[in-house]
Amino acid sequence: MNIIIALAYLLSSILFILGLRNLSSPETARRGNQLAMSAMLIAIIVTLTKNEILDFTYIIIGLIIGSAIGAIIARKIQMTAVPQMVALFNGLGGGASALVALAEYNRLAGELRIDVIISMVVSLFIGAITFTGSLVAFGKLQGLVRSAPVVFKGGRLLNILLFTLFLAMGIIVIINPANSTVLLIILAIALILGILFVMPIGGADMPVVISTLNSCSGLAAAATGFVLSNNILIICGALVGASGFILTRIMCKAMNRSIANIIFGSVGTISVNNNDNSKRRVINYTEEDASMMLEAAQTVIIIPGYGLAVAQAQFALQELVTMLISKGINVRYAIHPVAGRMPGHMNVLLAEANVSYDLLFDLGDINDDFRHTDVALVVGANDVVNPSARADAESPLYGMPILNADQARSVIICKRSLSPGFSGVDNELFYQKKTLMIFGDAKESINKMIKLLKT
Amino acid sequence: MTEALLVSVYVFVLAIFVGFETITKVPPLLHTPLMSGTNAISGITLVGALISVGAGHSTLSTVLGLLAVIIATINVVGGFMVTDRMLEMFKKGKKKN
Repeated sequence: MNIIIALAYLLSSILFILGLRNLSSPETARRGNQLAMSAMLIAIIVTLTKNEILDFTYIIIGLIIGSAIGAIIARKIQMTAVPQMVALFNGLGGGASALVALAEYNRLAGELRIDVIISMVVSLFIGAITFTGSLVAFGKLQGLVRSAPVVFKGGRLLNILLFTLFLAMGIIVIINPANSTVLLIILAIALILGILFVMPIGGADMPVVISTLNSCSGLAAAATGFVLSNNILIICGALVGASGFILTRIMCKAMNRSIANIIFGSVGTISVNNNDNSKRRVINYTEEDASMMLEAAQTVIIIPGYGLAVAQAQFALQELVTMLISKGINVRYAIHPVAGRMPGHMNVLLAEANVSYDLLFDLGDINDDFRHTDVALVVGANDVVNPSARADAESPLYGMPILNADQARSVIICKRSLSPGFSGVDNELFYQKKTLMIFGDAKESINKMIKLLKT
Repeated sequence: MTEALLVSVYVFVLAIFVGFETITKVPPLLHTPLMSGTNAISGITLVGALISVGAGHSTLSTVLGLLAVIIATINVVGGFMVTDRMLEMFKKGKKKN
């Protein structure tokens, strides 16, 4: 029986890996996700045949309640809110791992091998940090908690102290596994650390935070796998841990920050001195100017930012794009890696608005084309087109890869106001001669352009 | 005992390499579905939760296990379903020219 279970877990692992492999192309991605689903189903069913399981009542109750809640959330959630949903689910995954560690501690009490107790401590610690950290991230993204960095004096010192305390408690419980109070202290430390880690991180850095927490939820599951000597948990946990790590690295690169810098830097609290800002004037253009310019163009690249989604203008934008394409104009979208609030978020928002994915281009694939482009249309984006990231070594954005909108022959920017982006840095591009600023609600502006282009 | 542990460590390390190789091939276009999908996969801890609650060891273990089953199931079901919803939206347009 045990051999059959082990082989079924192997099959399940293979299906998980094949599922992830299928995510390498949008054509096969949906099948990939379905493969992963079937892998999960196999793992669950096989587990239920284990002879350790004596009572199915609570299992059935738990599965029904969990499935119902999960299904409702997944159906109701708006695509703009996917980042906070992923944050919340990360937290639940981490929390579940911590709970399993506690339950197993209680079940196996007295006969704990050293490797099992170490795994328990790790699983409990990472799981609990992921839990509270994710809840804070969820709160920030949902607007329940102030999204600006919350920093207090001595915060870093407190983190170090708590971490040292954790190490000490960890050693005590490893030496004397019967001491359950110490395990609860570890739990408390981890819960507090999770909050302290995420509170000082600003809204703009949330893509990095979610990716890191994603990685942590995987590692917590892997640690639980070591507690239970269960390979399927170890394999899946490792896969998720690796995935989250890669995404964290990509996001850090896209923002030109190190993970240490994000955790300890708390950008957004620094107020940048925009000394000459008040004296500079931009010329306020109208939708008429913009639509004429678009109509005369042969090539247009659109740069959407999160402001587009805030204004719910993606559907109007797609209507505009369809119209331009039907006029024979070459229109493409340029997507910055941090457009949106989690990795790849903007692509999902545009896919929802029926933008076909072959119009969506990554920064690396399209950036050289701007110099041959007639119009760059920037909607609700700011920092990702700020040329100071390229040229001005003084700028906090310096070194961040940006979309070279300023190299296009002309630039149209739809924006609410001149206010700076997340970074707090003024944008040189707004003041250039070839730039047409159109202030106002992005959706209204685009709808006006559509009307003008129709006539 | 220790041999089993060693095998687990092997499995863990090799799986991380497989993860790296596989995930680097996922294009940025699909990073959000990737994350919500892997998020659902991390709900595999549900397997552990099932054992904890089903073993019926003590009330405490059962309560902790039940809680774990509920939240891990939310993670799994919600994660996979929302990923499916997203991937359904990714469509290729008819290419002109």
